[in-house]
Amino acid sequence: MAGAPVVILGTGQGGFQAAASLREEGFAGRIVLVGEEPDLPYQRPPLSKAYLAGALDEAMVRLRPKSFYAEHAIGFLPGERANGIDRAGRRLRLASGGTLEYDHLVLALGARPRRLPIPGVELDGVMYLRTLADATALRHRLPLAREVVLVGAGFIGLEFAAVAAKLGAAVRIVEATGCVMGRVVSPPVSRCFAETHARWGNRLLFDTGIVRVLGADGRATGVETVHGEVLPADLVVICIGVVPNVELAAAAGLATDDGIVVDDHLLTADPAISAIGDCARYPSRFADGTTRLESVQNAVDQARCVAARLAGRPVPYAAVPWFWSDQGELRLQIAGLTAGHDRAVLRGDPGEGRFSVFCFRAGRLIGVESVNRPADHMAGRRILAEASELTPEQAADPGYDLKAHAAVLKGGRPGKAHSRPQTLS
Amino acid sequence: MPKITYVHPDGEMHVLEVPVGTSVMQAAIANGIDGIVAECGGSMMCATCHVYVDASQLDLLPPTSSIENDMLDATASERRANSRLSCQLVVTAELDGLVVNLPENQI
Repeated sequence: MAGAPVVILGTGQGGFQAAASLREEGFAGRIVLVGEEPDLPYQRPPLSKAYLAGALDEAMVRLRPKSFYAEHAIGFLPGERANGIDRAGRRLRLASGGTLEYDHLVLALGARPRRLPIPGVELDGVMYLRTLADATALRHRLPLAREVVLVGAGFIGLEFAAVAAKLGAAVRIVEATGCVMGRVVSPPVSRCFAETHARWGNRLLFDTGIVRVLGADGRATGVETVHGEVLPADLVVICIGVVPNVELAAAAGLATDDGIVVDDHLLTADPAISAIGDCARYPSRFADGTTRLESVQNAVDQARCVAARLAGRPVPYAAVPWFWSDQGELRLQIAGLTAGHDRAVLRGDPGEGRFSVFCFRAGRLIGVESVNRPADHMAGRRILAEASELTPEQAADPGYDLKAHAAVLKGGRPGKAHSRPQTLS
Repeated sequence: MPKITYVHPDGEMHVLEVPVGTSVMQAAIANGIDGIVAECGGSMMCATCHVYVDASQLDLLPPTSSIENDMLDATASERRANSRLSCQLVVTAELDGLVVNLPENQI
């Protein structure tokens, strides 16, 4: 539909960035940003950290002030959702009635918390953590909570547990597997975080789950584990991962596979529809085949990639994935994707809480996990971006100058081992 | 309220009145000043809120932490002696009149 706007569905980090980047790229057409939530787009990372702890007020988590949208001619439709996509007619059916035509549609639909289908989850005091509304409700309750049960020891859950412990709650963490953050980090990092939570007084229960939430007078009073143990709780927080929002795309006949399937330009099989962020499955050289990532970096870099394409400068999406988590004094930064590594090399001392794990597969660096070692992280990001050769021996050598290794790449001589100055080794 | 001046590479200036306790980065984002990206929201994870502080005012600022120092090595525009991450510059009464220059690139 010539003259119709670029419509962006979803006002998370990716949706917002797509709109902002279109203008930065000089896109002159109309832009409409449509989101289910009632207010302006906001940052998600602080919701489980500083905002939850009460250290940031609501205005500070907004990505931009209201005036930004008018100044950049970005139409903003809050409290709205699409019920269907008419691909032939290039228009959306809106939940409020009516339709919205698009010239291009960007699906930035995000993900929703995986629900735990057990008795008692409807009780007052059982909460999830995804949206600003979730975080606001939780931040009001948390200071009053004495006994907290967290279900799921992933990034978000552990960030919540770090804040809860600091506010003085007794925290029990129920985890289905045998370690924390096991889906995304190597054993040394996982152990470090488990030990630190234990030192804060958080009790970790591994290889178990909960079968019901117990309650009285409509309020949660505890949980029962699969092993029959009853844990008292006046607050139960469930953080067992997310499910990508693919239903709208699937109903429109687009391919989905734990994510909306897109190509290396983040385009679906329909040339008028792109998908980005938590909801998109895309081919990545950092993964075996395709991947779907849940991170700010992934959402905003994909948004920039799509914006550049719509502004006439198409480039394949190739950004290095990176992630972070703040838990108490531990700052975890991850560059690349470390799952599936066959060799892990330690740099620094886990005993001192400052170390990195360099992960290799078949001799190639695939990712770097850093705890309180930001310089390793930034060097890792650069080395991965340039697909440079860093050997496990170099990574393990505390005297090897990683910064210089990465700086050589920055200077425009990427990836050629023989081009490195002798002084580096 | 303390006044903070943001200078774009082309010389365009914005002066903001910033409440004490707010960071130079937060004030820029809240007022829609382009040129500060702040992808990580102020966690010293991304180095995309890089600024060059007016050299005569460097001594007014809190010292650079080791984390900030490490992150400054990875800015998109060159690091200089007066480079700081604006998320770490929390405005106080003493910073009234601070001038920060925005780099060419943040990403």
